[in-house]
Amino acid sequence: MSAADWRKAMNAGAGRYAWNAGAAGRRVTTHPSPRPSPLRGEGEVAAGAWARWIGRRVGARHVLVLLAVLIYPWVATPFFTYQIGAQSLALGLIALSLTFLAGYGGMVSLAQMTVAGIAGYMYAIFATSGTTEISLRWPWGLAVVLALVIATVCGTLIGWFSVRTEGIYTIMITLAIGVAFYYLAQQNYSLFNGFQGFQSVMTPAVGSVELRAPMTFYYLALFWSLAGYFFVAYLLRAPFGVALQGIRDNPRRMSALGFNVTAHRVAAYAVAGAIAAVGGILMVWYNGLVSPGSVGTSWLINILIIAVLGGMRHPIGPFVGAIVFVLLQNFAVDLVGRERFNLLIGGVFLVIVLFSTDGLLGWWAQGRRYVQGQFHRGPGAALTQRRGQ
Amino acid sequence: MLGVPVVAFTVWGLADNAKLFLSTAMNGLTLAALYFLVASGFTLVFGLMRNVNLAHGSLYLLGAYVGYVVGEWTGSWLLAVAAGFGSAALFGLVLQVAVFRFMHGEDLRQTLVTIGLSIMMADALLWMFGGEIYQFDPPRAIFGRTTLPIVEIYPTYRLVLLAMSAAIGVLLWWFLNRTRVGMMIRAGVDDRGMLAAAGVNVQFVFAVTFAIGAGLAGFAGVVGGTALSIAPGEDTRYQLASLVVVIVGGMGSVVGAAIGAILIGVAEQFGLAYAPTYSVVFTFVIMALVLAFRPQGILGRRT
Repeated sequence: MSAADWRKAMNAGAGRYAWNAGAAGRRVTTHPSPRPSPLRGEGEVAAGAWARWIGRRVGARHVLVLLAVLIYPWVATPFFTYQIGAQSLALGLIALSLTFLAGYGGMVSLAQMTVAGIAGYMYAIFATSGTTEISLRWPWGLAVVLALVIATVCGTLIGWFSVRTEGIYTIMITLAIGVAFYYLAQQNYSLFNGFQGFQSVMTPAVGSVELRAPMTFYYLALFWSLAGYFFVAYLLRAPFGVALQGIRDNPRRMSALGFNVTAHRVAAYAVAGAIAAVGGILMVWYNGLVSPGSVGTSWLINILIIAVLGGMRHPIGPFVGAIVFVLLQNFAVDLVGRERFNLLIGGVFLVIVLFSTDGLLGWWAQGRRYVQGQFHRGPGAALTQRRGQ
Repeated sequence: MLGVPVVAFTVWGLADNAKLFLSTAMNGLTLAALYFLVASGFTLVFGLMRNVNLAHGSLYLLGAYVGYVVGEWTGSWLLAVAAGFGSAALFGLVLQVAVFRFMHGEDLRQTLVTIGLSIMMADALLWMFGGEIYQFDPPRAIFGRTTLPIVEIYPTYRLVLLAMSAAIGVLLWWFLNRTRVGMMIRAGVDDRGMLAAAGVNVQFVFAVTFAIGAGLAGFAGVVGGTALSIAPGEDTRYQLASLVVVIVGGMGSVVGAAIGAILIGVAEQFGLAYAPTYSVVFTFVIMALVLAFRPQGILGRRT
């Protein structure tokens, strides 16, 4: 991020901060008189501000995408709803945690799938599964909460451990941690049931509604994906997110400004851990099983592929990447045969990394700039294009 | 502080079952020799170019398969070793000249590209050679058994491997410390910009280093494939082993790679022999301790 971009982000963050801070900031701008007029209450001002904020930030394409994902299961077959739709959302959620860490925190962690896997394992251990001698058969709600908490704590610990390093070292250490967990899960039979893992993990039912039914599960995944998306989008504009982006760009400067760099980084890992944990629970429900294979090297890398494929500069990126990944995975059979899927996905990944600065979103942005350049041909067009790069 | 439990364990191990203890130690050293061969190339490339080549494990597997094909064809194990070194070195050279030269200084992008390459290479090799396990056919002179004190019978080849690794280590030391190109490489590790300013063709030095590092991985592929076997998945295993070894030993230091390899190799074998369920935890604990007290690695320098 260039200095100009950073300043913009800082200003945007500062503005948002003042807006959040509420009455103090607003009184100065909207009510110059010391006594506000009794006709305009605080609530009305807030509602007006909300409407204006929504009008400014929500465009037609946001509404279209939201409608599309809501209507999707009604027009798609159960296969597309469950295998493609729900799986993309769950994988996208895990990749979102990596996008948050890598794109905004500058820390590429390959252990996010491990955190998700820990959540899955913990759920399988506390709730009901086919492995009756280990599973505790506690109520599923309790199991979910415990799994989320434990996985988030593990994610935070991994973060606390790896923030000692920077850049490439972080990739290597998180990869080493992830693979260590894989081997642990594979070799330990008393807790992780070794190579077998946990088969037929029960997906709960709320009342008479089976969560495993394609449409129900799709909406469940959609709910949590949207929650994750909006949470990350909010966090990035909150003071914490802006400080995190500052730390990504220049840790020494942020440290000199009085920010606790390490604490911010570990907190980012905690947030990412929580997001990945939710994704992990969704994945274990989706698959109905969790085994060392779910946290193996290939899946650690796959999450990175998904995040990079989509683009790391916007929280929608991982979901785009996940859709492309899942589509390729399911339909690679027709293109190259199931055997050669890795060659295909590796090739796609390589092409994206070599020819785009920011995944598919990078191409999208380039295309938009190109189209805009066509419309606004003038002295400014070339400049706009150059600045965007 | 750390020495006490290690000494206590050694005394207990020797008293309890000296044969098991010593043969485990020997196995650990053999594994360390293999790890050193792979990791030294990895650390050299990183130290000079700040380029984490995550396709290094794939070079190991490539060298092993090419060596196997050449070995089958000519019937000579020595030619297989040479082919393993040569093919991996050539591939590394092509990588450096065709890919990495154009993304210098972009750490993350290089990492991603090498990840993509390693995925494709692993799949391409699986395609060509299938999932079978291949084994080499080395000369009989180095493949028998040797009688050692206490351990009794030990495969000769592992001793040869140990000796070869030590020889490579010495050769590498000599190359880095006593030759002109080695001097340039060391200067490049210290200050790349200054080396270029002194009129050295940095791209040439990079290419030489990359070829040697990659070649060592291919060499290890044949040599290690002979000691164990070649199969899909070995690439990831050695990639990770070299990662852990250089994290422990310190990035960019060949001596550090040797120390790290010995620590990790020995710990892994002792873990397998004495606590099979948790053997991986030992590796991890070593890494955790090093990171906690010396984040840059045992012989690493702060950048």
